[in-house]
Amino acid sequence: MEPDQQHWIDCIRRIRDDKDQSAFIDLFRHFAPRVKAFLMRGGTDAALAEETTQEVMATLWNKAHLFDPTRASVATWIFTIARNRKIDAIRKQRRPEPEDIGWGPEAEPDQEDVLSLQQDTARLNEAIKSLPDKQRVLIEHAYFGDLSHSEIAEKTGLPLGTIKSRIRLALERLRHSMA
Amino acid sequence: MTKMTNINHHLTDELIMGYSAGKLPEAIDLLIATHISMCDDCRAAMESYDALGGALLEDDTLITDIADMDDGSLAATLALIGEQKVTAAKPVISDVPAPLAGYIGGSLSDVRWRPVGMGVRQAILQTEGEAVARLLHIPAGVAIPHHSHGGLELTLVLKGAFTDEDGHFGPGDVEIADENTDHTPVADLSEDCYCLAVTDASLKFKSLLPKLIQPFVRI
Repeated sequence: MEPDQQHWIDCIRRIRDDKDQSAFIDLFRHFAPRVKAFLMRGGTDAALAEETTQEVMATLWNKAHLFDPTRASVATWIFTIARNRKIDAIRKQRRPEPEDIGWGPEAEPDQEDVLSLQQDTARLNEAIKSLPDKQRVLIEHAYFGDLSHSEIAEKTGLPLGTIKSRIRLALERLRHSMA
Repeated sequence: MTKMTNINHHLTDELIMGYSAGKLPEAIDLLIATHISMCDDCRAAMESYDALGGALLEDDTLITDIADMDDGSLAATLALIGEQKVTAAKPVISDVPAPLAGYIGGSLSDVRWRPVGMGVRQAILQTEGEAVARLLHIPAGVAIPHHSHGGLELTLVLKGAFTDEDGHFGPGDVEIADENTDHTPVADLSEDCYCLAVTDASLKFKSLLPKLIQPFVRI
């Protein structure tokens, strides 16, 4: 059975709190080959994809304290690190990022909020699996492919709206706690 | 720089998705990052599209060709951990959101403006890729002369406000126009207006638009 989302969150915590190498190795075995595949799918050659993936995984260790499980799954967080590294190292552009609003909780996040986001994420994963092949491939191209792909005009009904509401709520709480 | 509460004109889903997928020119990324710094609604939308990227990374039906890592990859990565420079985001003191402050070297008063007529001033920002970002300073009550621009034009209000045929745009609002939009923005009488405007400059970018204009996921 695939390790669940909570397992990956625990791995990030163990890296953050204990510099736990075995937790890192777990994450590396699962995510590094996926990050490398993502980079190669976009047209990057194997050597550069390998080098960039190592940088992405090292960043994950060094920024473990910034991960907020109420706003992103571990997979989502790694996706954003890999995407930014791709733009920076491969496309040679700067990546302007929005102003930080406390990504990186001082206190431990509310476990209920973490669970809710996990449920939303699981629903999204299921919804993607149940899409017709053609639509799945189109979405994959939009994120992972290079620029020259066909037009995309189909609605998929993915449950992104619930995730957006959840994150909106988390942001409101964050604003409230800072006020 | 705090969040604005009265933003009425937002980014489109297709722009936010393009930003999340990392497919847009730097100048457009800059405008989007600046708007999101002011707008929690679009920030939540961005984080949702990031979640889609994360879900795709986990999907074994898509990542069918999971790449093998080289021999010694893990050891090389562990060695890299200590070498990597971790740059913490420096707290910026500025009258514009952090992503933009990095491009102008501080605040609006640090910008090296060039006059473009009618008292309007502009400064082109240094970005890579096929779109141009510029700051505009429009004195109170002044109209930007009708201008033609091929393709897409995004205008984000940083300070002050302007009105045109499409409505009233205050701090945080984004106007999205294309070559068919015939507009003459006029700055409010009460104060000068500062905007970040981005135009696409090449055919290449235009050819990218159709797929972005047709969103396939709406949230």
